[in-house]
Amino acid sequence: MPRKTIREAINEALAQEMERDPNVIIIGEDVAGGEGGSSGVEDAFGGVMGVTKGLLPRFGRTRVIDTPISESAIMGMAAGAAVTGLRPVAELMFADFFGVCFDQIYNQAAKFRYMFGGRARTPLVIRSMIGAGYSAAAQHSQSPHSIFTHVPGLKVVMPSSAYDAKGLLIQAIRDDDPVVFFEHKLLYDLADEVPSEPYAIPFGEANFVREGDDVTIVAFARMVHIAAEAADLLEKEGISVDLIDPRTTSPLDEDSILESVRRTGRLVVVDEGNPRCGLAADIAALAAEHAFHSLKAPIRTVTAPHTPVPFAPNLEAAYIPSAARVAAVVREIMR
Amino acid sequence: MQLPRSTLLDAYLRMQRIRNFEERIVIEFSSGEIPGFIHSYLGQEASAVGTCIHLDDDDYIGSTHRGHGHCIAKGADLKAMMAELYGKRDGLCRGKGGSMHIADLSKGMLGANAIVGGSPPLVLGAALTAKTRGNGKVAVAFTGDGGSNQGTVFEAMNMAVVLQLPAIFVIENNGFGEGTAASYACGTPDLAARAAAFGMPAVAVDGTDFFAVHDAVGEAVERARGGGGPSTVETRCPRFTGHFVGDPQHYRARGEVEALRRDGDPLALIRRRLIEAGLFDVEQFDALDRDVAAEIDDAVAFARAAPIPDEADLMADVYIAYR
Repeated sequence: MPRKTIREAINEALAQEMERDPNVIIIGEDVAGGEGGSSGVEDAFGGVMGVTKGLLPRFGRTRVIDTPISESAIMGMAAGAAVTGLRPVAELMFADFFGVCFDQIYNQAAKFRYMFGGRARTPLVIRSMIGAGYSAAAQHSQSPHSIFTHVPGLKVVMPSSAYDAKGLLIQAIRDDDPVVFFEHKLLYDLADEVPSEPYAIPFGEANFVREGDDVTIVAFARMVHIAAEAADLLEKEGISVDLIDPRTTSPLDEDSILESVRRTGRLVVVDEGNPRCGLAADIAALAAEHAFHSLKAPIRTVTAPHTPVPFAPNLEAAYIPSAARVAAVVREIMR
Repeated sequence: MQLPRSTLLDAYLRMQRIRNFEERIVIEFSSGEIPGFIHSYLGQEASAVGTCIHLDDDDYIGSTHRGHGHCIAKGADLKAMMAELYGKRDGLCRGKGGSMHIADLSKGMLGANAIVGGSPPLVLGAALTAKTRGNGKVAVAFTGDGGSNQGTVFEAMNMAVVLQLPAIFVIENNGFGEGTAASYACGTPDLAARAAAFGMPAVAVDGTDFFAVHDAVGEAVERARGGGGPSTVETRCPRFTGHFVGDPQHYRARGEVEALRRDGDPLALIRRRLIEAGLFDVEQFDALDRDVAAEIDDAVAFARAAPIPDEADLMADVYIAYR
């Protein structure tokens, strides 16, 4: 099976869905790039991370639409196009930018179906980058997925591998509800085996990354890899980790998490988001509520601190949950 | 007067339906039959109808929190509208939207919108769908003088120009954003000029005059259908009522509303013009008005008799499919 990076897998999913369905269009800032420039070069960017490169020459300006830097107009336009019959994939370049356009996502797209009595269909996908690690500082590094997960009407996807990225994005595009698809910016070059044909991975079904008996670790996106590193360290010490990547935070595969916790009796949740009212706290509460009597030790969370993302590389490294921190927490609850 | 008599009759009936509907819900709301709160469109009827008379069911509009008039002008069913305001299961949104989210997607009415400036970005999307399909359809974004100060509206206007979308912005300048006058809150009294600065044709018209709105929007719609891109029409139509039903309007001078009703009534104006043109007489109008009043009576009776939502509806329709 061919190996592809997450960047390539996402690009392939977009191209295949655009090929399959003429209603699929791409909207965003510099999704092609070069429009109106003096060189005459088109597809100059293909997205700031090159994820949408090559789609413009293949599908043309009517389906790969470069916009002004106007996130509210982009998100609203995509929502309005979705509710009138297209299947837009809108790019919110950095997830941090939700601050200037959340109304169109939160009050509009997410609520159409419910507030219009089930008479609206909003097949919208919002692709957006999350994650620290580039010294991009406080406004280009956040992981605000918990905020989106909080909103009824949105589905939230956080792939950790190229295989998942392709299958989950295809599912997102074919899905009839609004989906927010978060791509971790440090994972774009990560490669694994990805089938060339299109396939969809259903939402709400966790991936069992590795099986173990002593402790359940739940992690998302890049934190899956951090947790796997920690599991490697712990394995040498004779501690086996059951690592679960739920892949989507809404819907959340509660059953798989609880089943694992009931078996291991221990839970650590690793999340790059901030701790208050975050995903890690949410999953900890889930286990406390439904698997309390199976627990052999306190539930623990490993998250970013309650701070903005710092710029200096040493501070940023301290901000991001590390394999060493995860391993240390597991050792504590194994005592 | 070049419009066919049937169009004029249609226009008058739509305006009179709005008038009757809005006057009736003030009564029903005040007696406690309608929950929540209500923003009345009284005094602005010519703006909605002068615009929507150019549109088919598969053209789109996005509306405001003051949206009943747009909904009626776009052809929504009065009974289902009234039932929605009553929070009933047979309402347009099955009782889950209410006055501020009333929508009829089957008529291209993409919803009233409780966020000031919320609709124009959405309307861009409807215009983009029309442009992508090349079907000659257009999309109209209603907003107000209050909405015109929102960044979303600026973004939408610029985007519409950049992408040459078949969108029309109708800024209904009714003189107030809640309880603050447009003369204070808008940096310029000329809201159309702001839109023109984004690079599109924009005019301001007397929004109480059906014919003025009709002609200006007609030109904009024709341009949009022909691929000529967006336009803006500012319709100046002072509202007869407060921000919400029950607003004591302490911010308005004594006698202002009475003077508006006496001298600036869009219904009286279209009636007078059509009588002067010899197309209708007073008896005909009175008969039409009785018919409309009966329609509204029927709508209220329907809404009263309609069932309330099932408790199970609370959980329904958050998603099309979840898990």
